[in-house]
Amino acid sequence: MSSESVAIGRPGAPAAQRVEPPHAHAGTRESASGAVARRWGLRTLALGYLLLLLGAPVGMIFYRTFEHGLAPVWEAVTQPNAVHAFWLSVELVAIVVPLNTVFGISIALLIERGRFRGRALLGLLLDLPFAISPVVVGLALVLVYGRTGWFGDWLTSHGIQVIFSIPGMVLATAFVSLPFVARETIPVLHELGTDAEQAAATLGASAWQTFRRVTLPAIRWGVVYGVVLTTARALGEFGAVSIVSGRLEGQTQTLPLYVQDRFENFDTTGAYAAAVVLALLAFATLLGMNLLARRTQRDTVV
Amino acid sequence: MTPDGASHALERSAPHPRVPAWRPFGRGPSGRSLLGGRAGTALGGGLLGLYLSVLVLLPIAALLDSAASGGTGSFWRAVSSPEAVAALKLTLVVSAIVVVINALFGTLIAWVLVRDEFPGKGVVNALIDLPFALPTIVAGVVLLALYGKGGPTGIDITFTRAAVGLALLFVTLPFVVRSVQPVLIELDLSMEEAAGTLGAGRWTVFRRVVLPNLTPAILSGAALSFARALGEFGSVVLISGNLPFKTEVGSVYIFNQVENDNVSAAASVSVVLLVCALVVLAGMTLLSRRMSRHVL
Amino acid sequence: MAIEVHNATKHFGSFTALDDVSVTVQDGALMALLGPSGSGKSTLLRIIAGLETLDTGRVEIGGEDQTDAPTRTRGVGFVFQHYAPFKHMTVYDNVAFGLTVRKTPKQDVRERVHELLGLVRLDGLAKRYPSQLSGGQLQRMALARALAPQPKVLLLDEPFGALDVQVRGELREWLRRLHEEIHVTTIFVTHDQEEAMDVAGQIVVMNAGKVEQTGSPRELYEHPNNEFVMSFIGPVNRLGDALLRPHDIQILSGAGDHYADAVEALVRRVVHLGFEVRVELTLPDGRDVWAQVTRETAHELELHEGQILAARLPAPRVFA
Repeated sequence: MSSESVAIGRPGAPAAQRVEPPHAHAGTRESASGAVARRWGLRTLALGYLLLLLGAPVGMIFYRTFEHGLAPVWEAVTQPNAVHAFWLSVELVAIVVPLNTVFGISIALLIERGRFRGRALLGLLLDLPFAISPVVVGLALVLVYGRTGWFGDWLTSHGIQVIFSIPGMVLATAFVSLPFVARETIPVLHELGTDAEQAAATLGASAWQTFRRVTLPAIRWGVVYGVVLTTARALGEFGAVSIVSGRLEGQTQTLPLYVQDRFENFDTTGAYAAAVVLALLAFATLLGMNLLARRTQRDTVV
Repeated sequence: MTPDGASHALERSAPHPRVPAWRPFGRGPSGRSLLGGRAGTALGGGLLGLYLSVLVLLPIAALLDSAASGGTGSFWRAVSSPEAVAALKLTLVVSAIVVVINALFGTLIAWVLVRDEFPGKGVVNALIDLPFALPTIVAGVVLLALYGKGGPTGIDITFTRAAVGLALLFVTLPFVVRSVQPVLIELDLSMEEAAGTLGAGRWTVFRRVVLPNLTPAILSGAALSFARALGEFGSVVLISGNLPFKTEVGSVYIFNQVENDNVSAAASVSVVLLVCALVVLAGMTLLSRRMSRHVL
Repeated sequence: MAIEVHNATKHFGSFTALDDVSVTVQDGALMALLGPSGSGKSTLLRIIAGLETLDTGRVEIGGEDQTDAPTRTRGVGFVFQHYAPFKHMTVYDNVAFGLTVRKTPKQDVRERVHELLGLVRLDGLAKRYPSQLSGGQLQRMALARALAPQPKVLLLDEPFGALDVQVRGELREWLRRLHEEIHVTTIFVTHDQEEAMDVAGQIVVMNAGKVEQTGSPRELYEHPNNEFVMSFIGPVNRLGDALLRPHDIQILSGAGDHYADAVEALVRRVVHLGFEVRVELTLPDGRDVWAQVTRETAHELELHEGQILAARLPAPRVFA
């Protein structure tokens, strides 16, 4: 699955790594003006594509949101339902991110440091959420925890409601954001090696002391990076939550669901305003990712 | 299918980016377990297993169970209903087209980001990841703001298959770029120089020296794009209009079946979609690994 | 404290790292585990530390059975091959680690760390990070860190392997003196016979998971038990089944027939290595040997290529 195919640069890293002076490349025999023309052509094509696909649409939503000034935007985002949706999303993040962080670090330790059969299987399992449509995730959860699902009768008889309420949304959000922390932590753990941990053991440190004082500080930026990705994903999850939440306005409507609801009710101002809030959070995530990438790079260089 | 994070899991200071950061099949480290003794490991393992089961294993099992609940006949009826077939076909065809465009432009963008110099390159490079950070529903709204009805361009692509493709292109943009970029950075320039001294022209150098080195990375990026495109929902749901037989993709079809309480049909189509994604990921991964073995 | 390993056997998959190995280290000794790579010497060291578990066998430290004890309670100081510094901690915190995990009072920690930093001559570098130290400094920090909790035994895995030649020589000398000062039972692993002979009082020669011989450097050199030990400790000439040391070959002036007990030899090449001169010879039966002579001898005999002279070969050793 995707685990093997992943070898992808961290944002910010590549540009900083190697600056090639123009014309320094292969011993070509064509004229300098031809090379310049080709360079400009490629650059224009690449940047043009990015502009049409990414830059212009994202710029446009900011423009259209603020074209009538700040007042309508402020009014839209302070609607009770919008505020409720925002805080519900924050609540989900606050529950899911710590859960998945603890899980991610533990599973990473188990996979990198454990010695048992089935580690390979565990790795594959961990990747599964990346290969499943969020809609299918939602459906699968309904099939277990819904009224007619596997545990439906038992849950109903104990007065526990999972689907169409917070627990189901937590499950859906946790499922789709499950692998991030582990996937960021595993390579760092791998590179760290076991020498320092063994040294700690010879010095009398317990397993917990070793983890707390030797392992965790060494992998912290990998973990934090994973946390940032988990947060972004949890905040933006739409498909899975859409199915398990029931989309009850003012109750189980998260901010992304609110965007859809406003849009489908022809309230573009409300939809754009909420979308811009989410987009700003996305930009904050990007900024965080880039700062962290630089940080980890410095750490490994030093 | 949201392999977002996959793209970020890299080996930070690995000398060669094609060597996967994560080797789940590798031998464990020798020596005593440092996880805190057998009892501690067992307890921790048990808790993790429980979490994984509640969250992932049981739901997947329930999905398979539901798809199989009516026997093969009912499964077949569910996945061969005309609307389901149309949705699956559209998903596969559009995803395939998107992957090809991604491979071309992703490689081009990676090339420009690595080999070219221009003001603002750092910002452009950082923005490549925006589709991963942006909630998918917002991606849909963003595209509608420019290319939807009443947009400043005068173009209206809402409710067309092109719109589906556009949404998928948006959300899968980073995959190929981010898998090709590190390989290109590590690529030994002297190889290209050697080809140049041997009399190869620029295009020949690219085709016969650079491209073979990039192909495994392009393939793995493409595989991730494809898996993601097959399952994409949020960005498509607003812009496509979800017209059956026209713009309704697989995930939207499943969603509608769930909404109509047609759960086992939804589960059946889900299984088909899931299997497609897994097969493509596994196949492309194997292919890319085989190729990189020769290139290395 | 004394260390005893009884009948230790360890497999890694199908590979046998240790095959029924027994070793005894006297209290206060400085012992080297010497052998080529893959001989099991590092595995034995790690088993004493509890970093690997035995398949069968027993480990005793100070008379107590430690076979199943976890590493952290064994009281071993371990210096890793690549020092395993805690990169995110200062030199001070690295050395203090073994004390702080035992909740030692701050004042005591400070005193002990500064005492040790003095001992390893890193006084001024307490606030540095490992990345700011040279290899030799890292090595000394690792040693101070291992000594801080006052271990019962000190174990060093290829302690000089990663250093350049000059630093290595200084540190060897220094380790020997340090051992004289603190007298903690010490085992170090090395693949370098010269290093083992220079530093250790006792050497255990290992090969292919077994102990070949144990003894003082001199015993091993003069009375090797077998061919492996003889050829691993010091240079040898091989004449069929027989082995002889190059410096035991005596070169005499004049032709071979002047001496009853000498043979004629043709000088193929003379290599000046400073004090030592290496003479490559061809014997009448066509076999090649080399002899080690001093600069003076070479000068007196006016050794040169193509010369024919007499060589007196000692009785070679033949191992069954």
